[in-house]
Amino acid sequence: MSGPAKNTARPVLLARNLDKHFPAPEHQKIHAVNDVSFAIAEGEVLGMVGESGSGKSTVGRLVLGLLPPTAGTVEFDGKDLAALDARQMRASRADMQMVFQDPWSALNPRMAVGRQIAEPLLLHTKLDRSGRKAKVAELADRVRLPTTYLNRLPADLSGGQLQRVCIAKAIATEPKLIVLDEPTSSLDLSVRAGILDLLADLRRDLGVAMLFISHDLGTVKLISDRIVVLYLGTVVEEGAADTLFDTPAHPYTQALLSAHLPPDPAVKVQRHLLEGEVPSPIHLPPGCRFAGRCPLAIDPCRSALPPLDSVPGDVADHRAACIRIAEGANRLVQPQHQMANP
Amino acid sequence: MALLSVEDLETHFVSRNLDNEVLVAHALNGVSFAVDRGQVLGLVGETGAGKSLTAQSVMGLLRPPALRVGGKALFDGTDLFELPTDTMNAMRGRDIALVVQNPRTSLDPLTRIGDQLVRIQRVHREISLADARKRAIAMLDAVGIPEPKRRMRAWPHELSGGMAQRVLIAMALINDPKLLIADEPTTGLDVTVQAQILDLLRDLVIDRDMAAIIITHDLGVVAHYCDRVVVMFAGGIVEAGPVGAVFGQPCHPYTRALLAATPERLALGSGRRFGGPPPDLYNLPKGCHYRDRCGHATELCEQTPSFVTVASDHDARCHYAASLKDQPL
Repeated sequence: MSGPAKNTARPVLLARNLDKHFPAPEHQKIHAVNDVSFAIAEGEVLGMVGESGSGKSTVGRLVLGLLPPTAGTVEFDGKDLAALDARQMRASRADMQMVFQDPWSALNPRMAVGRQIAEPLLLHTKLDRSGRKAKVAELADRVRLPTTYLNRLPADLSGGQLQRVCIAKAIATEPKLIVLDEPTSSLDLSVRAGILDLLADLRRDLGVAMLFISHDLGTVKLISDRIVVLYLGTVVEEGAADTLFDTPAHPYTQALLSAHLPPDPAVKVQRHLLEGEVPSPIHLPPGCRFAGRCPLAIDPCRSALPPLDSVPGDVADHRAACIRIAEGANRLVQPQHQMANP
Repeated sequence: MALLSVEDLETHFVSRNLDNEVLVAHALNGVSFAVDRGQVLGLVGETGAGKSLTAQSVMGLLRPPALRVGGKALFDGTDLFELPTDTMNAMRGRDIALVVQNPRTSLDPLTRIGDQLVRIQRVHREISLADARKRAIAMLDAVGIPEPKRRMRAWPHELSGGMAQRVLIAMALINDPKLLIADEPTTGLDVTVQAQILDLLRDLVIDRDMAAIIITHDLGVVAHYCDRVVVMFAGGIVEAGPVGAVFGQPCHPYTRALLAATPERLALGSGRRFGGPPPDLYNLPKGCHYRDRCGHATELCEQTPSFVTVASDHDARCHYAASLKDQPL
């Protein structure tokens, strides 16, 4: 999306040193999220990318307080979520909303979609019945859902229309932050384009901040101001969307972006192949999480976790966790696999 | 001569309503395309366009209410639809292989993957158990599975998504088929894994002089791994041609809308409308089926357009194909 990141604005969300462990058999722990910190400014769209198992969805749930973190704090709008009691938490929920990947299972199949859009209004506002009805019609109009659909059940709507219902629900209470977990992954290309267009409009008109979680690199680049790259529950790189796509600093980001296939046969793709599989989150490697698959790894990479430092000579907010950047040895220069286009 | 040549394929869904009236959904309406040896064909289109149904029709895997009502599928010169069931059963998995969409549900959960790979060989040919095992290990190695000997003993649930998909491809390829049909082979996989699987598929096509059909809705996959592309809409083909030509000079309004909707070309906030409902297959409109969603539609479009050849081997089914060819998206 165009427009510079508003880094000077007050952060609406501040995640500090988040850890999340899940229990595994035989008293082991799955280290799903490890020391993740980031901020989202008012009205900013932060993209979060990573492969399956990288912890992106868990982070999304942690920042909304849907899961308690094992360690670390989430500050939403200046308040520490952990310090809120149940009643205060419930009130704060009006300001933070979520849109899920699968709209079919996110909605109640036995309730007309109009009533489902009205539910957050019933919980969080003092609107009376006619006020809610007017507001629902306004919301439907806002998400470009024909009002004739409001009396229908979810089964009567298409996937794109259902996702519009979910978005209408999410914006009903005029939240400050919406977490979108793969909101367009289950949709067809043209339907996806319509939803992305709608999200861009909402962001412009309402000034709502978004955490956009997706594994679709093209979509994330399009909609985000800034991007955070996760690998095995750890932030390996963050920066402005354009900077990160043009000059990825971390070797993992370089490999990930090189695997993206732009829908244009004229664009030459030079891929960096990665050896091996993502390590188990039960037994995390001691040093850099990526060292085992990184063609540039040296011995110090395997002993200590690299800090997330600013990339020298680049814009200030571009940071990456790779010790080889300082010596300028972080580039996967030799494409190991040249694609011969048909 | 093309290895597989599908001509005028028509498949209907036939059902009855509560008043016992026969309802017919025209799911495939005269689909024709061909694929040569050493070639990868991409089949794209939105949900419900008939991509998977085309594959199932060709493979003879339709179940009621789906019914093939017309057309030919010439494979090496023989019409697959004329073959007796036994002959077709023998060909399926040996000469023509299908990789279906979901690796999790297509492997037998109660059989070790090695045994599944051995079983599919011994069904189709005379081969000793020891030889079949040897070939299975070699095939697992070829699809990039580490420690193939040990993995032979793995259960399907022990495999990651990418691994399971590779095992499925190994199963499809172990009998050296001449044609491989892959239905969304990489949907749901991570990009790095997707690239590995597609590399593997394409190398195999070239090395073994096979033909492959990749069904996908990911235009990036088509752009970089296919030689030819066939674009489907509402059970028919709207445009077909070499990938470079179709992506470079799309001539059918539907292809153009599809390309314009990719994140790389999308201009947010342009107020442009995308998509729309597909036509009712039970009651297809006369004329061009894309008419209701098309920005270029005129009265002429109430007449069914025929294919216009806009360049060599590049055809589009639109009255205005020739004039759209040189317009920017």
